[in-house]
Amino acid sequence: MYTYLKDICVGTWSLLVGLAITIKYFFQPVVTVQYPHEVIPMTPRYRGHTELVWDEDKSSHKCILCMSCQRICPSQCISLDGEKREGMKQKALTKYQLNFTTCSLCGLCVEVCPTDALTFSKDFNLAGFKGEEFVFDLVKRLEEKHS
Amino acid sequence: MSAFAQTQTGETFVLNLGPQHPATHGVLRVKLVMDGEYIVEADPVLGYAHRMHEKMGENRSWHQFLPNTGRMDYLHALAYNQAYVSLVERAAGIEVPERAEYIRVITSELNRISSHLVWFGAFVLDLGGFSPLLYAFDDREVILDLLESVTGSRLTYCYFRFGGVYNDIDKNFVPGTRAFIARMRERMPMYHALVSKNIILMKRLQDVGPVSADMCRKYGATGPVARGSGIDFDVRKHEPYSVYPEFDFDIPVYYECDSMARYMVRMDEIEQSLRIIEQALNKLPEGPVMAPKVPKNIKPPKGDYYHAVEAARGSLGMRAVSDGSATPYRLKLRTPSFSNLMLFGEACRGMLLPDALAFMGSLDLVIPEIDR
Amino acid sequence: MTIFPEVIRVLAFLIGIIMFVALNAAYLVWLERKEAGHIQRRIGPKEVGPFGLLQPLADALKLMTKQLIEPEGVDAVLFKIAPILVMVPAIMCFVTIPFSETLAARNLDVGLLAIFAFASVNVLGILLGAWGSRNKYAIISAARVVSQNVAYEIPMLVVIVTLVMITGSMNLHDIVTQQSGGFWHWNIFRFSASPLMPVSFLIFFVCMLAETNRAPFDMAEAESELIAGAFTEYPGMGFGVFFMGEYANIVVGTSMATVLFLGGWDCPFGLFPGVHWFLIKMYLLIFTVIWIRWTYPRTTFYGLLNLSWKILIPVSFFNLILTSAMLKVF
Repeated sequence: MYTYLKDICVGTWSLLVGLAITIKYFFQPVVTVQYPHEVIPMTPRYRGHTELVWDEDKSSHKCILCMSCQRICPSQCISLDGEKREGMKQKALTKYQLNFTTCSLCGLCVEVCPTDALTFSKDFNLAGFKGEEFVFDLVKRLEEKHS
Repeated sequence: MSAFAQTQTGETFVLNLGPQHPATHGVLRVKLVMDGEYIVEADPVLGYAHRMHEKMGENRSWHQFLPNTGRMDYLHALAYNQAYVSLVERAAGIEVPERAEYIRVITSELNRISSHLVWFGAFVLDLGGFSPLLYAFDDREVILDLLESVTGSRLTYCYFRFGGVYNDIDKNFVPGTRAFIARMRERMPMYHALVSKNIILMKRLQDVGPVSADMCRKYGATGPVARGSGIDFDVRKHEPYSVYPEFDFDIPVYYECDSMARYMVRMDEIEQSLRIIEQALNKLPEGPVMAPKVPKNIKPPKGDYYHAVEAARGSLGMRAVSDGSATPYRLKLRTPSFSNLMLFGEACRGMLLPDALAFMGSLDLVIPEIDR
Repeated sequence: MTIFPEVIRVLAFLIGIIMFVALNAAYLVWLERKEAGHIQRRIGPKEVGPFGLLQPLADALKLMTKQLIEPEGVDAVLFKIAPILVMVPAIMCFVTIPFSETLAARNLDVGLLAIFAFASVNVLGILLGAWGSRNKYAIISAARVVSQNVAYEIPMLVVIVTLVMITGSMNLHDIVTQQSGGFWHWNIFRFSASPLMPVSFLIFFVCMLAETNRAPFDMAEAESELIAGAFTEYPGMGFGVFFMGEYANIVVGTSMATVLFLGGWDCPFGLFPGVHWFLIKMYLLIFTVIWIRWTYPRTTFYGLLNLSWKILIPVSFFNLILTSAMLKVF
């Protein structure tokens, strides 16, 4: 008989404690951010899609076409193209194609590049209607950004 | 109180707890043979999320498998990172600098807490309480922001590398983590008062899903499932790796063998992880975060290697057979949820359906980890 | 022509009550979503209209534009009549509920009895709907609802009998006037009749939650652990009417609790009694009903029945005996 009454009292008390907790949170301000009306800035290390780094001295990218990124990509989403130009020892980069639909943002290409030519962008608001819109040409993007 | 079928009326029907279901945490199909309200037999059907990770391991070089590790159990991805990276380091004989080991432990334990918070929210959601999920996710956002500022990702981390970690922590990480530890210590009593001591939840979980220690050993269940049945085994204490021997923490073990015990084990594990992180932050040494001279085209010597770590769900083991070339000959993963799921088939005979779902929630399964 | 003002009065109350119930049913959804949001530290609906006030309109439009499918093999009469059987008794209960000193459609001398008679028809509606749906799972779920409702009706009626013994009348208007003059006269604090009056209120409140299938006793609807419950086969507006019926029942239950235990239209300090106090108390109780839903997990079916048969019924019977003893002695 005693345990029966004790169970009821302890049980009812636990229920009231639960109610007190939720009502306390009811009167506290909300913790959500009303996206898209408010936007929080991305952290510096956020992994958006990769992009080429602008080199002030050379006024262009730093890529030397060693093809390490193309070789190490686990999803084979990078393909580079270059052409031999006169008066230059190395080939010049004409096309850096990143197929973002298969990229897993692992960072191996950024890490393996010997000249640190790649970095992560802060682009998170990507939306489009066709898959082809997500095959990026990073050289073109760099030129658009810095022209 | 769990009600067991007194007599079988003989008329059974097959119910499909289909691949699409709100309570099975992923694409799991369970064929239930039901007698009215009671389950006579349960037969899990796997493979709906099979993505051939182990086959991918054979086709890619050792470095190229790293992103795959984050995607199997996405809730505790860093444990998979740790297992793979330690495995290859053991095979190739690479020494990891101390700072990198400490950073690995801190980030992995933070990830364990976030995984337990997801489990907690989803479990109570299955039982019908909607609000604790959002409170847990509020805390989890802090962890995700901390880990994002270090690794750049929020969920499927690819942060560890052979010989260390990808980059060093930034200057906000240590104060942010200390603030989080204080915040989480303040919130745990709230979770216990709101959920653990709630009479409705206690009646729902006590004596539901009894799993004896013998049954755990028979199926190879590890992790909180085994620790809730009285088996005192944690890979971090009994087969230590990384710098875990330097920390002072306890392994929560409960002997009641029911769902409530498994629940309490995980809640206590959050507190123990906070202890580990605190000690690691205090002892964090200076130094490099990457071992020097790790070959880009790593070729571990020929042999058969195995490494086990303690993931949030149990003992995770990875086995690599190397034939000396740039790609593994065979990569095998021993995932904890696979063994834990097998308990479901035997334990839920004679259970009511809602009790069986509560039991499945207490097992903390992540189906992509089972199917790989 | 004395009949003519009477007809006008009846029509006015008819329209008024139906509008009251309909507006409540629609906007209680809004209140629930907003309150759930703030308990979970987020805002509820906010895009549709200011503060999301037009959200129920959007939901109603969505439900109304869905095709009303009648599955093959259903019992046509039962299938169609069930939503009506759930909604109409809820509205009819408002006939005798006094909103204020003068605002009552009909002051029946057996008002209390009439209301509980109508409230019991609600269960019949759910059962007929599930039976007419010819769906195995709907019938299982409806059988559970019936046993849940039967189990919880008993303590509720025992508490009502206790109250009738104390107040000596079943006329709701008289019950409220007996409680006028400040909160110490209210039935919930009527310790002269029985020291367990707050416990009676609690039992009544819990039974009201169970009768309206609200969490933590919502096994029938949130049976979506597995199936969709008793209303599986009802498309669009058919489901909408059941839903509105549930909220109408909540309004009936909370207004009964206000009238019987909390003094109806009486002000806590006896100053300005009126319909506004009735509405304030009723909405506070509805707030509490919603608050409870978003705090607790669901009970199991056996836990639910055990709570009623092993705890609520003994306690309410004990209270009945204690009250009758005290009435005899004092």
